[in-house]
Amino acid sequence: MNVAKANEPAPAALPARKVDWAPLVLVPLLALAALPLVGSTATWTTLTIAALAMGMMIFIMASGLTLVFGLMDVLNFGHGAFITVGAYAGLIAAVPLAGWLASDQLAVNAVALIAIILVAMAVTGLVGYAFERLIVMPVYGQHLKQILVTMGGLIVIQQLVIVLWGPVQIPLAVPQALRGAFFFGDVAIEKYRLTAVVLGLMIFVAMQLVLTRTKLGLLIRAGVENREMVEALGYRIRRLFVGVFVTGSMLAGLGGVMWGFYRETLTPGMGLEVMVMIFIVVIIGGLGSVGGCFIGALLVALTANYMSFLAPKLALGSNIILMVAILLWRAQGLFPVAKRA
Amino acid sequence: MTAPAPAAAPAKGAAMARSSAPRSRLLSAVLVLIFAGLALAPFVFPGSQSLNVAAKICYFIVLAASFDLLLGYTGIVSFAHTMFFGIGGYGAAISLYALAPDWTSLAIGTLAALVVSVLLALLIGLFSLRVRAIFFAMITLAVASAFAILASQLGWLTGGEDGRTFRVPELLRPGTRLMDGTLFGVQINGRLAAYYLVYASMVLLFVTMLRVVNSPFGSVLQAIRENDFRAEAIGYRTVVYRVVINCIAAAMATLAGVLCAVWLRYTGPGTTLSFDIMLDILLIVVIGGMGTLYGAVIGATLFLLAESYLQSLMGAFSAATAGLPVLPQLFHPDRWLLWLGVLFILSVYFFPSGIVGRLRGR
Amino acid sequence: MPEAASGSAAAAGAICAPLLALAGVHTHIGPYHILHGVDLAVPRGGLTVLLGRNGAGKTTALRTIMGLWRASAGRIDFDGRPIAALPTSDIARAGIAYVPETMGIFSDLTVRENLVLAARQGAMDADRLRWLFGLFPAIERFWQLPAGTLSGGQKQMLSIARAIIEPRQLILVDEPTKGLAPAIIANMVAAFRELKATDTTILLVEQNFLVARALGDNVAVMEDGRIVHAGAMAELAEDRSLQQRLLGLSLDMHQ
Repeated sequence: MNVAKANEPAPAALPARKVDWAPLVLVPLLALAALPLVGSTATWTTLTIAALAMGMMIFIMASGLTLVFGLMDVLNFGHGAFITVGAYAGLIAAVPLAGWLASDQLAVNAVALIAIILVAMAVTGLVGYAFERLIVMPVYGQHLKQILVTMGGLIVIQQLVIVLWGPVQIPLAVPQALRGAFFFGDVAIEKYRLTAVVLGLMIFVAMQLVLTRTKLGLLIRAGVENREMVEALGYRIRRLFVGVFVTGSMLAGLGGVMWGFYRETLTPGMGLEVMVMIFIVVIIGGLGSVGGCFIGALLVALTANYMSFLAPKLALGSNIILMVAILLWRAQGLFPVAKRA
Repeated sequence: MTAPAPAAAPAKGAAMARSSAPRSRLLSAVLVLIFAGLALAPFVFPGSQSLNVAAKICYFIVLAASFDLLLGYTGIVSFAHTMFFGIGGYGAAISLYALAPDWTSLAIGTLAALVVSVLLALLIGLFSLRVRAIFFAMITLAVASAFAILASQLGWLTGGEDGRTFRVPELLRPGTRLMDGTLFGVQINGRLAAYYLVYASMVLLFVTMLRVVNSPFGSVLQAIRENDFRAEAIGYRTVVYRVVINCIAAAMATLAGVLCAVWLRYTGPGTTLSFDIMLDILLIVVIGGMGTLYGAVIGATLFLLAESYLQSLMGAFSAATAGLPVLPQLFHPDRWLLWLGVLFILSVYFFPSGIVGRLRGR
Repeated sequence: MPEAASGSAAAAGAICAPLLALAGVHTHIGPYHILHGVDLAVPRGGLTVLLGRNGAGKTTALRTIMGLWRASAGRIDFDGRPIAALPTSDIARAGIAYVPETMGIFSDLTVRENLVLAARQGAMDADRLRWLFGLFPAIERFWQLPAGTLSGGQKQMLSIARAIIEPRQLILVDEPTKGLAPAIIANMVAAFRELKATDTTILLVEQNFLVARALGDNVAVMEDGRIVHAGAMAELAEDRSLQQRLLGLSLDMHQ
């Protein structure tokens, strides 16, 4: 942004910018509350790391959805399909590069991994663009049709994945260098999960930087709050929206690849399976808020992981209870987006 | 504020013209044909295969019509409809399995299922219809998938993935002979009694739903769908109306689930809770014609007839193209959802009023 | 006819022609017919006040000019170019700024960020910024605060500041004094006076006749989706019976 700082007034004694801490505190609070329930510190650490990894992946997959919704009120049920497409598109590179993935050298692994991610993101970006043109655009502003049509799109894409790759599950091995775990005493931290956490954090930080430090990011945030005014200031919100939609699809694709490595198998239904969790995350985050989406993803993942250890049968139900509890506390989600419309 | 879409105008016109009567000679004829065909199905199309299809059409009519109460008459999309269908199925199944295969336990199961369904619908409705209509679609999807997982994990109660096979009251068992000899070449046995129970219940429930939508209550619902804001301004508590219709629709779906269980003598995740069934219902209602109830009848009939017919056609085509790339996979009978998905999208775009709308000449 | 003559005639016409002209504009919002053929000419330079009772269609008229609602019939010309079919963003880029009744500030963004988005050319001009700070000191004071934390009057000032951070030919302002304290209204009136001095054309929707009279050069009165009177403000200000007839008794109460 090229606003000459010299023009601007020196920040005089300003009242401090108020930060809404309560939702942020929830995450460590939830983790600590689970500690006595889980009992063993080692198990708890493993569970927590796993949850953080999962949370990051869910965040990556959900962030696009929440922005797309915030910006244009478009609820894309087809988003789950992009996750599946991403994971399977990764195979396009993963299959020929299988040797590189299995190599002992970290650098070779890394190159293969980056290639896989790039292919996955390119393919999902294209699919996302086509989806926006063919499926979403004709039904702008018509919520009912939008839900129906994007749902239809989800089915078609999921079926096409089966046509191209078959209905059976496909194994996907984690790159050699990321297999195994680091040990700290009796605490085991799986390398891949750690990588996922780092990658997720990097994306979150990058996204925050774009949203707060660039004019494009400001426009997106402004558009989420009041798209008419963004138009009235002379910006084409449609273009902005298409950009966000495609980026969101690419992120879903990246999330799909990461999710695929995490599960070590790919199934045509994998996107739809996480979709439910993503919806919960988007809702409790406050539709349209990236920060809320991040916190929501961590909360959902922590809850799911602790519950799958404590009471495996109730794992998914626990997320719904979490959602209900949060919505009873804040009916519009953790970080409600101010909306005029 | 979203700019009012120009498309809103014709949609409104369509809604105004909508009313109780089929209002088209062709549509009336088709409806008479379907109801009469179903009534005479055991005699006109003998054989257990066709009887199964006819019974399935019957309970799918109830299921799809109850979904249309939500989708077509109030414009809310619920993905939890199969959950209520499943609650009905499991209610009957668990009760008949655990208690005794008689009418009392069927009644107990049905009642218990109705209570559970209505309470759940009330909770979901109060919770999510209050905030934003779009929440409803997401929340129902989440709740429904949680319920499906719950049902498959509570194996001691539901039989898990295998489901529950159970015995029905004696009158409805296949072995029960109600009459010596045959009537028009058809054995008058318990199976036939079960079919007519399903058929009669379907007619009763369908007429009840017609009454609901043509009551003053139904007109308010349509007013809400056409103009949320205005209906609120006039003084209708839109939330209350939406919650009530959500409960009615849930109750109807539950009863459809009971009919399904009674007919199949089995309830499992695949026959009631699976997402595929949810998609089937969506397709039936959209293709048949939203907001008409009659659309559910025509949609269910066509859809279920096509299900077997189309699949075998696709199988033949797939076999014929064997050796070519991709084509055999595209037309594999298991891929019929793909083509339904395409059909679904196209009908939302180009025939939003569905078959009924076409028959009415719109 | 010599070409030069016709050319100069056209040029002369362009100078005298109004900056903004609406002819027979109809607007429907969903099933409701709001504007019933609005004819309005906003002359170049000066401030035109659009008066009328609640529900007369003033806000709809502004939104229709901005393209936020589409005119179902009629012509809208800005600077001699038809704009009725343009998307809102192009209308804005043609040189029209809009201050909606709801102010439309981005509460999640800081005051500065709100202005950064409004300054389409990129950098905010230092002199202009200083001038803005002079008009609305609160903007300087709360420069780095989220706009959502401002008071109603401050938000209104920010919204106007956003419209004038870069020079625009025409500014549409919808009831800027609504619900504001008299002291702030005075500040606002002073700001508009200053803005008038910069050659900016302003179309102001106003219910407060005192403000309208103090600022307006021209006036148009709307009723039931039509313009029922248009002329010089001075004329309306003198003619009590015309005021009575057009604006009703409620406005007679002004001191």
